[in-house]
Formats: sequence, C-alpha cells, structure tokens
Amino acid sequence: MRGNNVMGIIFSNLHENLISQLTELRTMGAVPFGGRYRLIDFPLSNMVNSGINKVGVIAKNNYQSLIDHLGAGKAWDLSRQRNGLFILPPFMDPSDYSNRVKTFNAIMPFLKNSSEEYVMISDCDVICNIDYQKVFEAHLENNADITLVYKRDVLPAKIQEPTVLSFDAKGRVNDVLVAPSITGGCSFYMNMMLIKRELLMELVKKCIGKNTMSFKRDIIQAEYKNLNVYGYEFKGFAPVITTMAEYFTANMSLKNKDVRDDLFNGSRPIYTKVRDDMPTKYGLGSKVSNSLIGNGCIIEGEVDNCVLFKGVHIGKGTKISNCVIMQDTRVGDHCNMSYVVVDKDVIIRDGKTLAGQPSYPVYIGKLSVV
Amino acid sequence: MYPKQEVVAMLLAGGQGSRLGVLTQKLAKPAVPFGGKYRIIDFPLSNCVNSGIEAVGVLTQYQPLVLNEYIGSGQPWDLDSMNSGVRILSPYQQIKGTDWYKGTANAIYQNINYIDRYNPEYVVILSGDHIYKMDYSKMIAFHKENNADCTIAVIDVPLEEASRFGILNTNPDGSIYEFEEKPKHPKSTNASMGIYVFSWDKLRKYLIEDEEAVDTEHDFGKDVLPKMLNDGQRMFAYQFQGYWKDVGTIDSLWEANMDLLDPNIPLDLNDESWKIYSRNPVVPPQYIEEGASVQNSMIADGCDIAGSIDFSVLFSNVVVKPGAVVQDSIIMPGCVIEEGAVVQYAIVSENTVIGKNAVVGARPEDIEDKDKWGIAVIGDNRKIGAGAKIAPKEMVAKDIEGVE
Repeated sequence: MRGNNVMGIIFSNLHENLISQLTELRTMGAVPFGGRYRLIDFPLSNMVNSGINKVGVIAKNNYQSLIDHLGAGKAWDLSRQRNGLFILPPFMDPSDYSNRVKTFNAIMPFLKNSSEEYVMISDCDVICNIDYQKVFEAHLENNADITLVYKRDVLPAKIQEPTVLSFDAKGRVNDVLVAPSITGGCSFYMNMMLIKRELLMELVKKCIGKNTMSFKRDIIQAEYKNLNVYGYEFKGFAPVITTMAEYFTANMSLKNKDVRDDLFNGSRPIYTKVRDDMPTKYGLGSKVSNSLIGNGCIIEGEVDNCVLFKGVHIGKGTKISNCVIMQDTRVGDHCNMSYVVVDKDVIIRDGKTLAGQPSYPVYIGKLSVV
Repeated sequence: MYPKQEVVAMLLAGGQGSRLGVLTQKLAKPAVPFGGKYRIIDFPLSNCVNSGIEAVGVLTQYQPLVLNEYIGSGQPWDLDSMNSGVRILSPYQQIKGTDWYKGTANAIYQNINYIDRYNPEYVVILSGDHIYKMDYSKMIAFHKENNADCTIAVIDVPLEEASRFGILNTNPDGSIYEFEEKPKHPKSTNASMGIYVFSWDKLRKYLIEDEEAVDTEHDFGKDVLPKMLNDGQRMFAYQFQGYWKDVGTIDSLWEANMDLLDPNIPLDLNDESWKIYSRNPVVPPQYIEEGASVQNSMIADGCDIAGSIDFSVLFSNVVVKPGAVVQDSIIMPGCVIEEGAVVQYAIVSENTVIGKNAVVGARPEDIEDKDKWGIAVIGDNRKIGAGAKIAPKEMVAKDIEGVE
C-alpha cells in the first residue's frame, strides 16, 4: 500500500561546507557513499519505503550531478502520474534559499498546492535506514504538532548548530538548547521532522513577518512551549557526516555485518540510480578481504579493508588498504595506497604510493590524474 | 497512426529449451539467468537497441510469466516508447479458430498485423537463446547492398563441428545455393546463426503461402527458407565475426558463462559502446569477508563471500559461508552455500541452499570413468541437506535429505 497523507521535503544542499572537498562539484545529497549510493538515496528511500508518494527536493546550487542522479525519480518509484518527485531549484535567485526559513517561504506555492496533511522533512547529512511510518504513528499517538527525530550519542565533531533536546516523562520536549557546549552523551536532533503542512506554513509566515530567520531558534526553540513537540528516538546506525574523517569512518563501518544488515535492510531497501555495469571481475592473483565492492569493478591486485564503488579498476601488483575509491577510478599497476579517499574518474598511474592517516585520510579530487 | 519503422525485429522466445532440464521447468529458455546478472534475452534485446531498432516483438508461448515480468514495459532497454518499443506477442484467439504457434514461421504469420502497422521495409528474425553481440544494422546494410530478399547470418565453425549445425553453401558472391541441415559431410563451415533479415513484402507473401500449404511444419529452416531458395529468390549469407554461442544445452550454457572469465574470448561486457542492458535488482554492493579467496571469477551485487571462489560466476545475493568452496560453477541469485560445502563443475539455480559439507559435482580429473562426468545441475528453490552428495552430471529437481 502506498500513500499515507504525508509528503516529503529533502534539503540537498545543507551542511556542504563541512566536507567542502567532496561538495566542491556537487550537492551534499549527491556525495557518493557505500559503494554505489549517493547520500540523498537514504532519505529518499526512507520516505518511499514509508509510503510517501510525493517528495520535493530543495536544490540550491551545484545541483547538476544531483539532477543527473535523480532523473525523473524512476529508481525510487517516484516517476508517477500523480505526485512523485519534484526538484525545487530557486525560482530566481539562490539567496531565496539562504536559510531554511526563507527556503520554506520560497516553496510556499508547492506547500500550498499540496493536499497531504503532513510533511516529513529531512536533510542529507545523516545516513540511516529509518521507518518514517513509525514516526508518523508516534506522532498521531502523541497527538503531536511536531515530532523531532533524535539520536542519543556524543555530539559529532564540528556539527553545525546542534539542537539538544530534553523531554518530560511522557516524551514531550521540555527544553531545547541550540549549540550548547556539551560533552558526553545527549539527545540531539537529526534534522528530521514531522509536522502538519499547514502548521509549517503558518510558522514560516510568522518568522518571515518578524524577520527572524533561524529555523532552530525561532521555530523549534521559540515554539516548543506553545506546541505539542515530541521526540522520536532513532536507535539504528546513523552517522552524521560532519567531517572528511566522519565520512571515511562511516564508509568503513559498512565492513560490520550488523551495520550492513541495518542500513541495507532487505524489507526497506535503499534505492539508487542503476547503471548497467557487468558483475565485478576478480582476476587471477587478486586478493580481496573485508571489502565492500560495487558492480563493474575489475580487480587484479590486493584490496583489504576498502570500499570500492562501481567500475573501479585495481591493477596488477597494486596493494590498497583502508581506502574509499569512488566510481570509475582507475588505479594502475604496482601502486600502494592506504587511508586514501579517491573521488570519481581519477587516474592513479602505475607505481604510485599514497598514504594518509586514519584520522586524516588523503583526498584526491574528481577527475584528477596522479 | 504508427510511425513507419524501417526495421522491425521479431524475437522467437517461445521455446521450452527442454535440453536445459530443471533450469527451464518454470521459465522459458530466453529467461534463463546468464553471466552473473543477465538473462539470455538481454543479449538480443540489447543488440536491437544498440543497432537502432525501435520496434521489437517478443513471441512467447512456453512458461511466459517470468519472461513477461522481466521484459515488463521494456524500460531497462529503452524499449518503452509511446508508439514503438517492445511488445509481448502471445498466441491469441481469432475468429477462424485458436492455435498455438505451430512453428517459427507460423508465429510470425500470426503476428502479421503487428508488423504491418509499422509498414517496415525489413524484418529481422532473432532467437532468444544465443549469447553474442552483433550490430544488426550492418547486416541490414549488407542485405540492402545485395538487393537481397533474405539474408542469413553465418559464423565460421570448425569443420569437425560443422555437422552439428545448419550449413549454408554459397557462391563466391555470397549468394546461397544450398542448405544442408546437420550434414554428415559438410561442404563448408558456414553455420547458420538463426538470424534472418527479410524484405517484408517477400516474407509476408511466403508466410501466407506457407500457411495455406499442406505438408509443412511452418518452420523457417525446414519450410520457408528452402521454398524461397527453390523459387530462386535472392538469398545471401552474411559473415559474422565475433563471439556467438547457442546456449541450448547444459554444457554450452556452462561454457558460455566460463567464457566470460577468459580474457582471450571476445565477449566484453564492459564495453561502453555496446552495453548489454538488464533489469537490476535493488541490493547493496557485494562484500568479501576476511579470509575469503576469490580468483578469476565474476561476482554480482548483494553477494556475501567468506569461502573460496575459483573460476565461477555468482549472481546477486549469493552467500558463501566460511570454508565453503565453489569452483568452475555457476551459482544463480539468492543461493546459500553453507560451511564446508564443496561445489565443483555445477550449475545451481535460484534460491537453492547447499547444506553444510555437502558435495555437488566433481572435477573431471577426480573421476575415473569419464563417461560419468558432466556438469551437475540443481533446480531452483531446492535444499541439499548437510553432507549430501550430488554426483557429476546429475540433475536434481527435488530436495535432497542430509546424511549423518
């Protein structure tokens, strides 16, 4: 059954400055992850798997690769006669999207013309497989105006304006701290929210009227006392991508079977644009262990503790360990690499040695030749 | 009004493929999985698209469900245009009675209406059981150049194998003067590939004549082509260079899969200019565990490999547990090979579980009596119990109990 009176909004551009190297030529949503995915595949698949039929994707700038990836939304079953995928670039000027409040104001016609009663909002910086249907059920049960999805953990390094929540015995939010100085565990908002569409429109208009532009401070923090704001704790695998090291670690954590089973849950699959790659070929003398590998690779060397995206070539006599290598990159013969993040379409010529550190992986930009 | 198509392709996909035994129990031969992620029909369909053919009729009859579902709207092959694309053509009731497709020619005859609405100049007849990459537009150009009525693609086969094929004997200009079906003493090595280009007005006439004739099996090879030759129509042989394999038997299906692992065999699936398109399952990337060993093999998305894989082709979502060995085998989607199981020279169909320490097939060098050796085949959704032993050449259609 599809269709549950909820529509989705995904912000594809936010948090880009945190991993500026990876987002130089693409939006946050288009950052490759996990051997074959882009970050937007996670919120988009989560929404579709939860019965959401209509998703608007906010794309502020650098969105060519995002649009190429999403196409008409076919891969997510969002290429539909009714509803489906809506890519929402700025109407005239990217400054319309300079913050979250202004963005919602700029897409007011889209919100207004929708008929769904609720809106599920998500960013692209958290990688997880979450059942929004459960969030929706909790929202109805609590008779909530707003449900904030949160995670209980230590705040990720460099996270922007973390929003830390506390709750009363019934789970209703009774305090909201924006960017507090906190060490140790806390309940922080994952930038995923369920709200009534009309309430969202009303709150945004109110902010615009008062020229208060912080969604977190002027809506969540300002309103939690007046409204029924509840939390929904997500307990699964959910790294927040805030630094290159976090990005690297999140990729590497896919070596853990429990993480893979949680994230790639068979009953709620993560969809992505497919390319007709052949299956991966392992040559004579190749040696591969502890590695996640996309289709279409040709592996002739040694690969240990790596994530290889589709179409990667690893030459003879090459040894790579603890690397993330994105699609169609070619590593020549007799190379040696460890702790390197290599972007798409890179050529590493024969005999090169590259090494980074676990906390500071070396990054090689898209289309480079080493 | 349908836009005119210069060329319409008709793909004969109704055959049972009985020689593939358990593999075609529930699906038609063109739907048999091949090469780690494809089905056989992906090859002719992709060839059509890559050759610029926009209208493809797929003639189905035997066990069409899997095939119909797989082809669907034709979207993975870009064959879902508004007025063209792929159409599934099954036998249907007519005013004058109801017939199955009585033969290859009759199948086309029954779908003259489908072809006519595109008003084509040429019709390409293809079969759904060959693995090859071919640019049909070159063959059509050859057909035009020769002002031919019918052009038959041929491939040079070794003389000692020629007696297994239909052989075409040609004049120096490439025109055909004789057909010989499986000749004992072949005069040439030009084997028919079962790929024909016809000028539609000629073929249409011969199909109608064949339908009215008595003493005909309504077959292209046996009836229509010999009749055209007798009548002195212009028939030419088109030499195809490249890889081509009929995968109608267990041995040839196994060989064609293994050919993908041989870098010296010219069947490159990684060729951007001639892609083979297929429907892709939604599964995560494959994972190779610590302690696994993978040598000269092809492995698809969604697999989880902890055992040892040699010279094998693994389809999506196959799990190979630690200590399991897979050699010279083809493992279709969703199979599980439990700890300590050994699978050698075997084809294991979809979603089958090979229990702990079970042994399936054997290497030819480990068998005394060479006549008893062959590829072991296990049907889909079977359970081979722990410690069970499946002899080489065996074909297993039921669950096998484990042994203590």
